[in-house]
Amino acid sequence: MIALLLILTPLLAGLLAFFLKQGNAAKNLALVSSVAILALTLVAVYAPGNNVYDTAWLTDLGSRFTLKMDGMGKMLCLLTAISFPLVFAATYKNAYKNPAAFFGLMLLTQSGLMGVFLATDALLFYFFWELALIPVYFLCSIWGGEKRIAVTFKFFVYTFIGSVLMLAGILYVYFHTADHSFAMESFYKVNLSTHQQLYIFWLFFIAFAIKMPIFPFHTWQPDAYEQTNTATTIIMSAVMVKMGLFAIVRWLLPIFPEASAQFANIIIIFCVIGMLYASFIAVRQDDFKRLIAYSSIAHIGLMCAAMFTHNRTALDGVMVQLFNHGINVIGLWVIADLIEQQLGTRKLSELGGLAQKAPAMAILLVLMALANVALPLTNSFIGEFLMFNGLFQYNMYMAAVAGISIILAAVYTLNMVQKIIYGEVNAVTTNAVDLSMNLKLVLVMITVVILVLGVFPQPLIELTKDSAASLFLKK
Amino acid sequence: MSKVAFLVPLFPLLGFLLNGLGRKSLSKQAIGIIGTGVIFCSFLCSCYLFAEVSAGIGEGQSFNTVVTLFNFISVDAFVIPFAFQIDQLTVLFLLVITGVGTLIHLYSTAYMKEEPAHHFGRYFAYLNLFIFSMLLLVMGANYVIMFIGWEGVGLCSYLLIGYWFKDANFNYAAKKAFIMNRIGDLGFLLAVFWLIFKLGTVNYSNVFAQVNQLSSLDITAITTLLFIGAMGKSAQIPLYTWLPDAMAGPTPVSALIHAATMVTAGIYMIARSNILYTMAPATQTLVAIIGLATAIFAATIALKQHDIKKVLAYSTVSQLGYMFLGLGVGAYTGAVFHVITHAFFKALLFLGAGSVIHAMHHEQDIRKMGNLKKYMPITHITFLLACLAIAGIPPFSGFFSKDEILSAAFSANPLYYYIGVAGALLTAFYMFRLYTLTFLGKFRGTEDQANHLHESSTAIIIPLTILAILSVVGGFIGIPSVFIENAHWLEHFLAPIFASSVQLHEVQHVSHQQEYIMLGVSTFLILLVILYAVHSYKKYNNEQEIASTGLEKIVENKWYVDELYNAVIVNPMHVFAGFCKNTIEKSGIDGLVNGVGKLVAYSSRQLRLVQSGQVASYLLIMIMAMVVFFIIWFNDLTILRFFNKIF
Amino acid sequence: MPIQYYIYFCLTLFSIGIIGVLTRRNAIIVFMCIELMLNAVNLLLVAFSKMHYSFSIAANPATTTGIDGQLFVFFIMVVAAAEVSIGLAIIVMMYRNTHSININFLNRLKN
Repeated sequence: MIALLLILTPLLAGLLAFFLKQGNAAKNLALVSSVAILALTLVAVYAPGNNVYDTAWLTDLGSRFTLKMDGMGKMLCLLTAISFPLVFAATYKNAYKNPAAFFGLMLLTQSGLMGVFLATDALLFYFFWELALIPVYFLCSIWGGEKRIAVTFKFFVYTFIGSVLMLAGILYVYFHTADHSFAMESFYKVNLSTHQQLYIFWLFFIAFAIKMPIFPFHTWQPDAYEQTNTATTIIMSAVMVKMGLFAIVRWLLPIFPEASAQFANIIIIFCVIGMLYASFIAVRQDDFKRLIAYSSIAHIGLMCAAMFTHNRTALDGVMVQLFNHGINVIGLWVIADLIEQQLGTRKLSELGGLAQKAPAMAILLVLMALANVALPLTNSFIGEFLMFNGLFQYNMYMAAVAGISIILAAVYTLNMVQKIIYGEVNAVTTNAVDLSMNLKLVLVMITVVILVLGVFPQPLIELTKDSAASLFLKK
Repeated sequence: MSKVAFLVPLFPLLGFLLNGLGRKSLSKQAIGIIGTGVIFCSFLCSCYLFAEVSAGIGEGQSFNTVVTLFNFISVDAFVIPFAFQIDQLTVLFLLVITGVGTLIHLYSTAYMKEEPAHHFGRYFAYLNLFIFSMLLLVMGANYVIMFIGWEGVGLCSYLLIGYWFKDANFNYAAKKAFIMNRIGDLGFLLAVFWLIFKLGTVNYSNVFAQVNQLSSLDITAITTLLFIGAMGKSAQIPLYTWLPDAMAGPTPVSALIHAATMVTAGIYMIARSNILYTMAPATQTLVAIIGLATAIFAATIALKQHDIKKVLAYSTVSQLGYMFLGLGVGAYTGAVFHVITHAFFKALLFLGAGSVIHAMHHEQDIRKMGNLKKYMPITHITFLLACLAIAGIPPFSGFFSKDEILSAAFSANPLYYYIGVAGALLTAFYMFRLYTLTFLGKFRGTEDQANHLHESSTAIIIPLTILAILSVVGGFIGIPSVFIENAHWLEHFLAPIFASSVQLHEVQHVSHQQEYIMLGVSTFLILLVILYAVHSYKKYNNEQEIASTGLEKIVENKWYVDELYNAVIVNPMHVFAGFCKNTIEKSGIDGLVNGVGKLVAYSSRQLRLVQSGQVASYLLIMIMAMVVFFIIWFNDLTILRFFNKIF
Repeated sequence: MPIQYYIYFCLTLFSIGIIGVLTRRNAIIVFMCIELMLNAVNLLLVAFSKMHYSFSIAANPATTTGIDGQLFVFFIMVVAAAEVSIGLAIIVMMYRNTHSININFLNRLKN
């Protein structure tokens, strides 16, 4: 029941928000409801018993409204639930035209995301997948930079192609299930020949690869992140990209075990190329937001590669990293937004000296940057260590090549830090002021999570252990 | 018993938090007391641990305690505990780190006095964090905890080198240090993965117990990768260029990096994994050769440097080379011994240099100094003692440790020895060149500087004095058997750590007679070189400086290694990255994506023309379509048959 | 008369109709050509119907097999009449608006 509430609460709050006349009321409604959802999620995650909700839906088609919270689902729901209040709090002072619609759409997105992470019925999953996509399309195209329409169109076409391919794949698998059902269990048991798997695998994989995104399907992402308003960007990069990764573990690997094993090599090679490629581009990037976007592509590439190694530690690393990457990237975006709002530029070459003007922000930015380079005792070290370990056991040469991205990460991240906060104050940064209270609160909370999970990662690993283990039990 | 172990790193961590969070509210005095006090507290704890370990040895057991705090990572059957290992090697390093660290902190309270309070707090917070990371590094009971400290010191060096963050060059140096360290760290990390892959564990005790299960290829690869890590951290060829640049940080930081923390990490790591290295002779040879090459190479660069700190920096690189030579020829005790004595005299040299720089109002060029012994007697005496120690004059500490390494090198390969002695001569020369230009001759600075020359304050003098005493007597913990039999306390103390390595590969000792000759000759040569150096630089006058040419110029420019790296690695990478960003991404992938979009737009524009509105053309198309349809529907044979029938 | 003659004749009529529709611009002539094609088909239907009926009646005097082809002719004629009435009305309206019955004029409809 509580699983259903996790979807219904943001859905109803979102619909309600549309009808509010006052912008502030919508904003406060969004904040309050997102905090409430966070509380609900915490209850759901730590309450004993399994949270299953099951009711008839499209019975004739063999589809039921089934929600289930397994370890990975719990973790990603938690990430979703944490991200939204943080985003609302961090962007509390940003002004939006037509705020009722904005916050309504945001909450609808949250509802869709929760649904994606909870649904254990393929049709329901697809339904929520689209539900999460469509509000984001409007969010991007209405509130954003100058080129937002073109960029959003690109984003939409990309993801929509993926969605359509996935729908085709889902239907194909559906017709081959023994009991003509969309239920996850039937999908897992479906008997596809190796030959069939080899084709259908790609229908799903391309959809997920676009969503993540991995090289070479990534070009929508930097553009979209650059042009969109920050709140949406944060949601996209902290939570939405996780949909693709999540879906691989939830759907792709169990349904197509043979194809996954067969294509693992080529996919990992692409991921590794993508990691290096994105890192190289990030080294030369002068735009703060694009830099974060490319850095994110590099990190996602590692996660995707680790998933296909079919290695237990790597998979646990991915699980941990799904959460941690989301948290870290929120911090970076919040700071990027702050700088852009205050100083009117995202160009690193124009910034400098913020350590003197905004010391609190500088310290927190350094901490986020360190988490971004996966320094030990920050949260991302755990995940990257386990993932690289798995990759190494899969193929040590690939791990060594991928390891170069660790060095490059240090190069571009430190470059960024140096150009933003060090050096002398210049004409652009001379008017900078330090963090406001709400931002400080958000960033300090993120920092606490970064450090605590960096030193005591075990609770997170325990949370997702069963998901990782079940993938190996199936064999 | 080892209940206090966790206190050792806890104190610096507390200091870091207090100073870091309270840097705006605490007074400078309070910050200084907290910063120094916490390190002193962990020094006391270290002393306690040391006493425990020594007592344990007295009872005739090999002392080795693992204190597990909690499980850091536990996945399936693979567990990495957050555990500390307290044994002889660890406590020795603990004493050096916290002891020398305390002195450097004390020194910093005076040296950094002019900084504004919140920067002062930041400085001490970083310093404490540095000690904390280093303590984790040496206390960890497995390679992952070591790696935490390993990266931690890299981070702290980054923060401290770039402490004066307004200067772009300093930031550049800080970044360079971090990135070069990262290159090494990647090697370290890969070695850890390899260990996990083959043995499924990273705990020292398990790894060393199962070392026989590794094939020789595995061991060689693992040790080489670990050594790459050590190259970065301990500034060996080819990853040494960050260390001289790291002089951008405040002088006490240089002392900390060079003496107590950071650069000794590589030595510690190899000494810790000695059994792996002993079983990989190929890697050992590599270690020895790299060490020796670095020792000589850095020494030549130090000959022509004019910045007082740069000379000392290259001297550190060179001395680290000796330590690696020691490790490479299996003289693990010798290497650790040299780490300890080097910590004393190098800390002293840097702190002395800091005292000089302080007095000279941040002038670092030795060409503009001279005759400082008149103004700064204590700094002068302590600096001289340190120079004698590093040059290897008996009975100063450097003599014993260097001798132990060199005699082991002789038994491994006499060529190592000769090159090593040549390096020692270079060391003596550049150190006394430095000494002479700084303290002897006539003063070459400005009038204004001359008027303000003064001996430094007590907080600077005390550490100098203590370190000077240690530099003089520190060598007596390892008196070689050639002088007194069985007086090598250090060797006995560390014996359990290196026991299995010694079993596999005993270092051959040269005969006492031969050793006497070697010692005599090398000491004599060193004395000659010192006299020559003092003589030739005593009358030095910076007005008669002539531009150097040929080899001198190359050496002065550090063999153009930085330029080489820029040309071969940095710039091509930069160009390649630009190519990725501007060409592949924009025209390639995005071009392809947009190309698909454009193709669709183009073809629909063309197709649109068909919809002309001309009724006749619609009809024509309709009829043609019908004809085609007929032909397809009734395949050609049917049609032919039909026509045959009707005609 | 052999059925072939009917077929030749109808083919010719139909082809004339097609060519007329494709080449002429005058709406009335296009219209007449369409009628021509329809009538060609009608004639063919009648011819085949007669042929089949004469075969089947020889075998069984009570049968009506084959006669239904002639039924279709009436349908076609009715539809054609309806079509003509609407078509002519459109042409008249067109003429009123444009003073022309050139069918190329119709391409203006697309805007």
